[in-house]
Amino acid sequence: MKLVEYFRAQMMKDPDMASAVAAIRTLLEFLKRDKGETILGLRESLTWATDCLTGVDSSVAVSSGGELFLRFISLTSLEHQDLSRCKKVMEERGELFLEKISMSRTKVAKLCHTFIKDGAKILTHSYSRVVLRVMEKAAAEKKRFSVYVTESQPDSAGRQMAEALRKLNVPVTVVLDAAVGYVLEKVDLVIVGAEGVVESGGIINKIGTYQMALCSKAHNKPFYVVAESFKFVRLYPLNQQDVPDKFKYKADTLKTVQNLSEEHPMIDYTPPSLITLLFTDLGVLTPSAVSDELIKLYL
Amino acid sequence: MSAEPSVASSSTPATQHKKTTRGGTRHFTEGGPVKKDGIQQAKTEGKELTKEEKQRLRKEKKQQKKSKEKKDEKASQESEKEKKPVSSASPASQPPTQPITPKAPSAVPTLVPVPASETPAPADKPAKSKAEMKAERRARQEAERASKQGKKGEVGQQAAPGKPKAPPSELQPVVKRLPEHVQVDNPEVLKKLAKKLERQQIPLRSDYGYKVSLFSHLHQYSRKAPLTQQLSIPSTVIHPAIVRLGLQYSQGIVAGSNARSVALLHAFKQVIRDYTTPPNEELSRDLPNQFNFLNQCRPLSASMGNAIKYIKKEISNIPSQCKEEEAKSKLLNCIDRYIDEKINLAAKAIAKSSIEKISDGDVILVYGCSSLVNHILCEAFEKNRKFRVIVVDSRPRLEGREALRRLVQRGISCTYVLISAVSYILPEVSKVFLGAHALLANGYVMSRVGTSQIALVAKAFNVPVLVCCETYKFCERVQTDSFVSNELDDPDDLIVTRKGKTQLEHWQEVPSLGLLNLVYDVTPPDFVDLVITDLGMIPCTSVPVVLRVKNVDQ
Repeated sequence: MKLVEYFRAQMMKDPDMASAVAAIRTLLEFLKRDKGETILGLRESLTWATDCLTGVDSSVAVSSGGELFLRFISLTSLEHQDLSRCKKVMEERGELFLEKISMSRTKVAKLCHTFIKDGAKILTHSYSRVVLRVMEKAAAEKKRFSVYVTESQPDSAGRQMAEALRKLNVPVTVVLDAAVGYVLEKVDLVIVGAEGVVESGGIINKIGTYQMALCSKAHNKPFYVVAESFKFVRLYPLNQQDVPDKFKYKADTLKTVQNLSEEHPMIDYTPPSLITLLFTDLGVLTPSAVSDELIKLYL
Repeated sequence: MSAEPSVASSSTPATQHKKTTRGGTRHFTEGGPVKKDGIQQAKTEGKELTKEEKQRLRKEKKQQKKSKEKKDEKASQESEKEKKPVSSASPASQPPTQPITPKAPSAVPTLVPVPASETPAPADKPAKSKAEMKAERRARQEAERASKQGKKGEVGQQAAPGKPKAPPSELQPVVKRLPEHVQVDNPEVLKKLAKKLERQQIPLRSDYGYKVSLFSHLHQYSRKAPLTQQLSIPSTVIHPAIVRLGLQYSQGIVAGSNARSVALLHAFKQVIRDYTTPPNEELSRDLPNQFNFLNQCRPLSASMGNAIKYIKKEISNIPSQCKEEEAKSKLLNCIDRYIDEKINLAAKAIAKSSIEKISDGDVILVYGCSSLVNHILCEAFEKNRKFRVIVVDSRPRLEGREALRRLVQRGISCTYVLISAVSYILPEVSKVFLGAHALLANGYVMSRVGTSQIALVAKAFNVPVLVCCETYKFCERVQTDSFVSNELDDPDDLIVTRKGKTQLEHWQEVPSLGLLNLVYDVTPPDFVDLVITDLGMIPCTSVPVVLRVKNVDQ
């Protein structure tokens, strides 16, 4: 499918870009090339396209990004007579949306780096590009800090993170996932990224995050989350079981495997009571303020 | 407005109250004290005061007020007459007001957190400061006048009407009035209430039995003495539908916040249908009487308060040149729409959202009888979800039996326990569904007594607690504990006869014994995981956001 190929091409072109941003770029291209006759048809085909993309990359951010894109472009008055003019308006809004979210990582980094004090020891989990950007900014501000990264099995993404940090000349140590409790007494703060931020103010992230949050609560260390605003999603899980299966496993696994109970989930849910603050491009939020922002975004 | 209705309505009081109007006019010519007798007679006969008598009462009040004001003005005018020589005195009188006025507002912020029993003290402070200040000023003025006689400045006279206005406005400290129903131990407030009810011709319900000291600021009524026994027949002030409703409330025949609100709205539809507008009067003038009567029968709930606000708003929105029939049908439509949207459709929306949260194999715990939770469970069962329910019940109301009956009728498999067994049964439970009486602005959930206990134990067992509540039950009130504002039910309900013996039969004779029958309690938002409303699923801390959004909408 041309759509999927374009998406994969976008992902490969810029590995630093979030998969959601690539998805939105794909959707914008799709919108430009669409030959639909009615606005309703346009909306339906966009929803169908988002579903396609979720089938390729089942992360939460892709589906939330797609939905927010759709809402953003249709939030304007589409009362023009001519369909092509409506489409033009929607395309302009799409470009605007894309521009805004490309800047979002920089905004987050600007907000968060002040919380990293000189001499700080940071614990982070797996490979997150937003956390990397935050640390880049902090290093650029001439702050001296050291980082502990968990290995984050099953894909060892933590080692990738360690490599990137070494390039920034930041002293980094890779620890086992099981060593989080051991290492927590040495660290001052914990920063993680998020794949999705849910309505309750909790987050969905790589498996192992919940454990880290529980331990940092027990040690009374602040637990910070950095996430862009397009990751806000209209889910409300009550516990780990309540997270829908389509987010828990990789897209290929969902398609090929028969019995999901034998597969290991890739993500877990961290409830809002364990999170101290969330850094987003909408500002620094407490978990209870997330619902407020979501209401503003979606209603 | 056509001439006929006005003629008809003026003739009806004439025909009905022939005695009193004639008597009224006679008494009017005879003078003051006899005037009052005529009104008293009308009151005791239970007949509605004629328009003239009502106007007379209002005039009397206004005159009393004016005479008081005139006294103040004269005093301040005399004192302000010598402006030039007194100008030194007035800034001198300002400083005494300054230290006193800051004191009064600072006393007020402490009003709210301080328990209700201490309110008499701050309430007296502003009165004292006013009197003190006046006395001081007068003394100073006398001294000045004695020293500088015969100097009357023209400027002083002109400034006088300006000046008396400024100090009184400075004296007005912002006093937040506590509602009457939480100040029952304050005799002043009770007197004021008695006077107000007498004016509106509503009987005052007297408290019953010894009250536990922590709750002595709340009313406690007995079910054996309903308010309707003190009403005279026929009573033309309160509509019979409202009388019936009041009786149903006080005897517990209509219970449950949704049922009470719907019954209230239906009764008001009847009142509106039967209402005939007398000339120059409006429906909204008679409404407070009806509400006060219902309040005496059983304190109004938050949802009923919101419904009443809506009715009042709709009435005030009707353009004055609208014909009576048209206005009535408009109002009736508004009320029907309110019931439809806020209660029926909301229940459907909430059921739809809740079904996503009920998965196969779930064990759901419910407490008491909430119409909304029962509706949700029945809907989920229709949609072929496989789950079983544990119904928790508590004395003295034993409402859980009603919920049990409704669920079993549908074919849902249920278990029934009393609240004392909740910690025993919780390890089996996967979710807890609770109903709410009201959701407060700080995120606290006000519900049937026992709800916070269940939420607490569920939290200890890490079981998710879901509260289902329509948005019309959200209220602007803030409460952090169950003592400040609650409802005390009939203490005799706690008496139970087992094996022919009634242990507490003579509890009133034991001086140190008090029976406490609370109706509501508040649950903090930390124990609630999710609130399902017709606007969607929100965390408990987002209630003020919804209130804000709703206010913007309106």
